[in-house]
Amino acid sequence: MLYRENGQFKTTYRSDQQIFPILQDRVAIGALIAVAILVVPLLADEYLMRAIFIPFLILALAALGLNILVGYCGQISLGTGAFMAVGAYAAYNFFVRVDGMPMLAAILLGGLCATVVGVLFGIPSLRIKGLYLAVATLAAQFFCDWAFLRVKWFTNDSASGSVSVSNLSFFGITINTPHEKYLLCLGILIVFALLAKNLVRSAIGREWMAIRDMDVAAAVIGIRPVYAKLTAFAVSSFIVGVAGALWGFVHLGAWEPAAFSIDRSFQLLFMIIIGGLGSIMGSFFGAAFIVILPIFLNRALPALGDVVGVHIDTALVSHAEFMIFGALIVFFLIVEPHGLARLWSIGKEKLRLWPFPH
Amino acid sequence: MKLKSLSMAALVAAAGLASMATTVFAQAKEQFFPALVYRTGAYAPNGVPFANGYIDYLKLTNARGGINGVKVSWEECETGYATDRGVECYERLKGKGATVFQPLSTGITFALTEKAPGDKIPLITAGYGRSESTDGMVFKWNFPLTGTYWDAADIILQHVAKKEGGWDKLKGKKIALVFHDSPYGKEPIPLLTERSKMHGFELTTIPVTHPGVEQKAAWLQIRQNRPDYVFLWGWGVMNSTALKEAVATGYPREKMYGVWWAAAEPDVKDVGDAAKGYNGLALQHGAEPNAAVVKEILDKLHAKGQGTGPKEEVGQVLYMRGMIGAMLAVEGVKRAQERFGKGKVMTGEQARWGYENLALDQKKLDALGFSGVMRPISTSCADHRGSTWARIHTWDGKKWAFSSDWYQSDEAVIKPMIKAAADKYAAEKKIERRTPADCQS
Repeated sequence: MLYRENGQFKTTYRSDQQIFPILQDRVAIGALIAVAILVVPLLADEYLMRAIFIPFLILALAALGLNILVGYCGQISLGTGAFMAVGAYAAYNFFVRVDGMPMLAAILLGGLCATVVGVLFGIPSLRIKGLYLAVATLAAQFFCDWAFLRVKWFTNDSASGSVSVSNLSFFGITINTPHEKYLLCLGILIVFALLAKNLVRSAIGREWMAIRDMDVAAAVIGIRPVYAKLTAFAVSSFIVGVAGALWGFVHLGAWEPAAFSIDRSFQLLFMIIIGGLGSIMGSFFGAAFIVILPIFLNRALPALGDVVGVHIDTALVSHAEFMIFGALIVFFLIVEPHGLARLWSIGKEKLRLWPFPH
Repeated sequence: MKLKSLSMAALVAAAGLASMATTVFAQAKEQFFPALVYRTGAYAPNGVPFANGYIDYLKLTNARGGINGVKVSWEECETGYATDRGVECYERLKGKGATVFQPLSTGITFALTEKAPGDKIPLITAGYGRSESTDGMVFKWNFPLTGTYWDAADIILQHVAKKEGGWDKLKGKKIALVFHDSPYGKEPIPLLTERSKMHGFELTTIPVTHPGVEQKAAWLQIRQNRPDYVFLWGWGVMNSTALKEAVATGYPREKMYGVWWAAAEPDVKDVGDAAKGYNGLALQHGAEPNAAVVKEILDKLHAKGQGTGPKEEVGQVLYMRGMIGAMLAVEGVKRAQERFGKGKVMTGEQARWGYENLALDQKKLDALGFSGVMRPISTSCADHRGSTWARIHTWDGKKWAFSSDWYQSDEAVIKPMIKAAADKYAAEKKIERRTPADCQS
């Protein structure tokens, strides 16, 4: 009743091919973005911003990048943490070593460095697939862990190996309050999400999906695997590198290589699995789920324990997080392999019929 | 089925709402101490006794009547030794009127050093953290009370030099540093390098990746290198693994010296007798089963079933360390009350003044139950460390026993290093050194 496209006639190809062809969708997205830009900074307190919204935005960006590689192009990658690290450290080096380098330029250059590294570690994908490619990208993860620990040049010869940035400014506006950081991350995320959505709807996106679905058939009809796979690695690593630079600069402020360890890679992989492989919207759902779940469990489990009279200590909550994550991954892979995004799509399908379910 | 799931959802929602509601509860009447702990993960064996000691002392403070009548409250937050979780815990707990944070992780300390000044909450990093944060004129909100890693490395070297018969006897000797590959493990390297230049000993640095269970390659290197001494800068499972590997490769444990975080019961209990002779730094205290405060805790808390953790842990090295951390936190607030109002709840800023003007003489420490355990500590604007006393203790197969006199670190070597590093930090962050006038505030 509400979600029908009756009366919405498209008169140009352009309007027919737009990202949100249905008016209700456009209105909803417009409202969501307006709420995100205008309402959330007014209502959210500092803790919500720092602990929930900013990590969510940055990890959603990283999940977006990973989804392009794993979900759209089908190349499994366990080296996402490494590419985030490359983005962060490269941005740090540009920021600190070049006088007067604007923060945004440093972050984008960090992304470019991550692209180079990503393409380099993506070369094995031309010959190996699946589990073997996962191991090759795992090598990227450990190599970068080692490089940032041992090669002093990357950390600007810091004795402790820990680096930090401060005095961030975006076109003259200093970024130090959580609300300014939130708006910066939101702006970057919106731009990249739009770019990513357009990329996956274009020729290159279709090439990626063809490679994912049946790479031999794709090669037979003239899609060059080298080009498709390496561009997937390149685009994915760029986005992940920018996300890594934002994670270090905006969220952490000071970090050491352990901040981008293998746990981060797995966390991003879980995000896109739960959120929905091969779906831009799925990256957002997955990121929201994984950022909020530990905090929710931290609050809810002790409270639940109090209700039944059992004292739940912090160690048990931490263990419960792992158990629940694992159970959820298994659950989603069995019940809904396409993740939360598919559940959302099914919801929208049913909404089209509502309230007349026949 | 539907009713069951509906009622389950309602229960969870109610619990969630209830928990949210309680956090809004006004904490103005109690002094709130957040406790960043790690009871899970690779560092839990060492994190758990520290956390238990910390919480027990806070309970004891309440049992003693609070801080001049002000009751103490606390909340634990699990960090798992991870920087991002530590930062999240900090953000969550700072809004509740946090008095002071003690992250027990050098990595988290680095991250919080950036945030604490803006939020006006002091950081106590007793026996860890950034060595240059001793300089209170640059690091207004950091308090590496009782000592830093440069002091630790210096004192171990003093002891080794004493054993050899003088600093000149160190020339040509080989010292290997087996360190946790993190900011924590890398902290002593500048001091050791400086001293190796001064006295002519050869320093080899051998990193061990987190979490530290893979040390075969490191100890093979030591076996080939045959250093005269091995300094261990590990934490968590890395310590016990290092000792097991030392036993396996036959490196004499008498030649091994662990920093004060690598010389506690959890590190040696797996190896037991084979670790006999292993030396470690004791940050003023060692294992103190006979201390007055230990007896008081056993009486007032554990006898009534209110202790945190097992009774056997009370008096162990890391338990004492946690207790001393809590004691310093509480004493700083007490000192702040002397200026800002006895019997009132102190803000972070007021507590900071308290930590900067600590004057715990032996009489006060004895009254608190720490006689024979701690030496006097007094901080000032320029010196946020307060004392550099430490001793060496050795594992005799069953317990830790002191095996040296009291040492103090050599200010002549360390002070210029601190100043240089603090100046570098100030230049990087574009902060001015504090003026003496600011010290009075």
